[in-house]
Amino acid sequence: MAENGRPKVAFFDFACCEGCQLTVVDSLQTHLELVEAVEIVQFREAMTEKGEDYQIAFIEGSCTREQDEARLREIREQADIVVALGACAHIAGVNAIKNVQPSLQDVREYVYGDKWEQYDSYAARPISAVIEVDAVIPGCPIDRFEFLDVVKKLLLGKKPSVPDYPVCVECKLKENVCILETGGTCLGPITRAGCDAIYPTYGVGCLGCRGLISNPNENAMMDVLEEAGLTVEQLMSKMTMFNAYEPAHIGEAVASPAEE
Amino acid sequence: MSTVDVNVNVHHLTRVEGHGNIVVDVQNGELKQCELQIVEAPRFFEAMLRGRPYYEASHITSRICGICATGHATASLRATENALGVEVSEQTELLRKLVFHGEIIDSHVLHVYMLVAPDFFGVGSVLPLASSHPDVVKRALRIKKLSGDLCAMISGRHTHPIAMTVGGFTHLPTIKEMLAVRERLVAAREDMDETISLLATLPWPEFERETEYVSLQKDEEYAFIDGRIATTDGFAYELPDYRNVTNEYLVPHSTAKHTKHNRDSYMVGALARFNNNYDQLHPRAKAAAEELGMKPVVTNSFLNSGAQAVEMVHCVEDSIRIIDELVDRGIEEEPPYEFQGKGGEGVGSCDVPRGILFHNYVIDDDGVIQGANCIIPTGQNYGNIEADMRALVPQILDRPQEEITHMMEMLVRAYDPCISCSTHFLNVEFV
Repeated sequence: MAENGRPKVAFFDFACCEGCQLTVVDSLQTHLELVEAVEIVQFREAMTEKGEDYQIAFIEGSCTREQDEARLREIREQADIVVALGACAHIAGVNAIKNVQPSLQDVREYVYGDKWEQYDSYAARPISAVIEVDAVIPGCPIDRFEFLDVVKKLLLGKKPSVPDYPVCVECKLKENVCILETGGTCLGPITRAGCDAIYPTYGVGCLGCRGLISNPNENAMMDVLEEAGLTVEQLMSKMTMFNAYEPAHIGEAVASPAEE
Repeated sequence: MSTVDVNVNVHHLTRVEGHGNIVVDVQNGELKQCELQIVEAPRFFEAMLRGRPYYEASHITSRICGICATGHATASLRATENALGVEVSEQTELLRKLVFHGEIIDSHVLHVYMLVAPDFFGVGSVLPLASSHPDVVKRALRIKKLSGDLCAMISGRHTHPIAMTVGGFTHLPTIKEMLAVRERLVAAREDMDETISLLATLPWPEFERETEYVSLQKDEEYAFIDGRIATTDGFAYELPDYRNVTNEYLVPHSTAKHTKHNRDSYMVGALARFNNNYDQLHPRAKAAAEELGMKPVVTNSFLNSGAQAVEMVHCVEDSIRIIDELVDRGIEEEPPYEFQGKGGEGVGSCDVPRGILFHNYVIDDDGVIQGANCIIPTGQNYGNIEADMRALVPQILDRPQEEITHMMEMLVRAYDPCISCSTHFLNVEFV
C-alpha cells in the first residue's frame, strides 16, 4: 500500500488493440474520482511516469512471444493482485484465430513474406497460461461498469467474481426478441453473461467474447446453429472467433516441425 | 566541425498507442542513427481473415484498434461491399458518416487533450491536470463522452461497433435519440471554441519540413469515407490502385512496413487532409484554423494536433447537419443484405483519425475470404516521422540532451501513431 493509503496500480499490455485500457480511460467520464482512490504508477498509453512499485496489475493482451513470458513473470512477482483485462488476456480472444489456421508458419509467411523468421510469434495464449491470475474482467472490450465494480471490490478487499450464467439470462431481462428466433445465429446460450446482452440488443447474435460458461452444452449449441442454416465451416468460424484457444494447440505449435 | 555527442534512447515511448522506441545517436556532431523502432507484437490479422465468412471481417478487423475501431469496421465493410457488388442506401451512408464523425472527435480529443497537452503543461499525464486544471480535463471528458454517446447511439458503442454490417445497420437510432445528441452537439460549440483558444496559446515548436501529403478526396465534401486518393504533389488515383501510392517495403528495425510514393516518404492524417481538402471545411472550422494561424499548405508536423482540433470543429458542425437531414427524411427500417452467391475482389478506404486506411479482400463464391490486405495509416507515416527526426535533430543539437529527447517524443507523438494497428500488416500479394 502507498503511504497515502491508496493502492498503487499499474497497467500493462501485450498483443491487443488497447481498447480495454481506453475503456478504463473512458470510465473517468463518469468516475473522475477514481484517480483519487488509487495511485496509478504505470500506464504507458496515458502517462510518461513509469513506477515499478505496485500492488495491483491490470494486464491487457495475449502472450504471443517468448519475450513476453519473462515480462509477465516480473509483473506477477511484483503484484499482489493480477487482473486479466479483457478477452485477449482472459481467453486469448481474436489473437487465437491464428492458432486454428493450417500452420503458424503459413500465417507468419502470409504477413511477413520471406522475412517471416525475423518476426517472433507463437500460438497466442491467455496470460493464465503463463502466470497465475487472481481475477478476470472478460469481454471485447471490457464493460466500463464491470471494471469499476471490480476496482471497488478490490479496494474493499473482496474477491471479484464474474457471472456464471449465460448471456440469454440478461437478454431475456432486456426483453429482446431472441436472435435465434429471427433467423440469426447467436452464442448467447453458452457464453458467460455480464455484458447486458449488448450484441443481441443491437441486433447481432452474441460472438462469445466473454468466454464460455463453466458447463456449456456445446453440442446442443452446434445443433441449434446447424438448424439455423450454418455450414460446418461457418459453424467452426463462429465458435472460434473469440474462443479458438485450446492448450492442445500450443503443444501442436511447439511440436510442429515447420516451426523449428 | 561540431563535437557534440547525443544519445537518445526512449525505450517504449509513452502516451501513444502501442510499443515503439526512439533511438538517436549523434557522434561528433554527426547523425549516426535516427530510428523509430517498432517493437509491438505482430498479430497477423490478414492471415486470420482467410477462410472465414465475409460477414465476420468487420467484427474481426475492428479489433485491430481500440481507438479507430469504427474506421476499421467501415473500411472493412466498404471492401466487402465492393467485392460483393453491394449498393448501400443514402440512409446508411448518412449514418456511417455520422458515426465516423463521432470517432474522429473521440480520437482527436483523446490525442489533443490527454496525450499531447501534458507536454505543454510540463506534466507526464493528464492525471495531475485533473487537480491543477480541472476545467480543461472536465471539458475533454465532456467532449469525449459526447462523441462516445454519438457512436453508441448508432452502432451500440464506440469500441468495438456492433450494429454496423454489410449493406447497412442491424439497429437504427430513433429521431428522439438523434435530437438529444443534436442538442449536446450545439452546446459543444462552446467547448470547441475553448479548445481552439487553448491551442492558440500553446507554444508549438517551430519546425518546417515540406513533404507529400496524401489523403482521400471527394468533389462534394471533406472526405472521410470513399472518394479518390489525392496528394499535394498533384497525383490522383482511384481506390483499387492504392498500391501505386503505398509501395510498401520492409526495414529491419520495425515490425511494421514503411511506404513511399513520389518522394522518400509521405504524410497521412489530419494535417494531410487539411492540406488537401481545406476548401471543403465548414466555415467555423476555417475560422478555427485562422485562429491557430494555419493555412494550407502547413508543413509543421507538430501542427497535426492543430489540424485535429480544426477537424473536431468541422465534425461537430457536419454532425448537426447530418442529423438535421436524417430527421427531415425520417429513419426507415431496411431489409438486411442477402448473399447472392457471387464473390469478387474489393478495396475499401476511409480516412480514419490517423490517416488514409485501405482494406482489400478477395471473397469466393461461397462467401469465404480467400485473401486480405490492410494498409494502416501509421505504417504509412513511419518513413515521414524518421525523415522529420533526421531534419529536426541537427537544428536542436545545441540544446540539453533531455530537451532533445523531449522534442523527439513530442514529434513522434504529434503524428498520433497507432502502433499496434500498424504491426500486423505487410504487403500481401494475392495468388
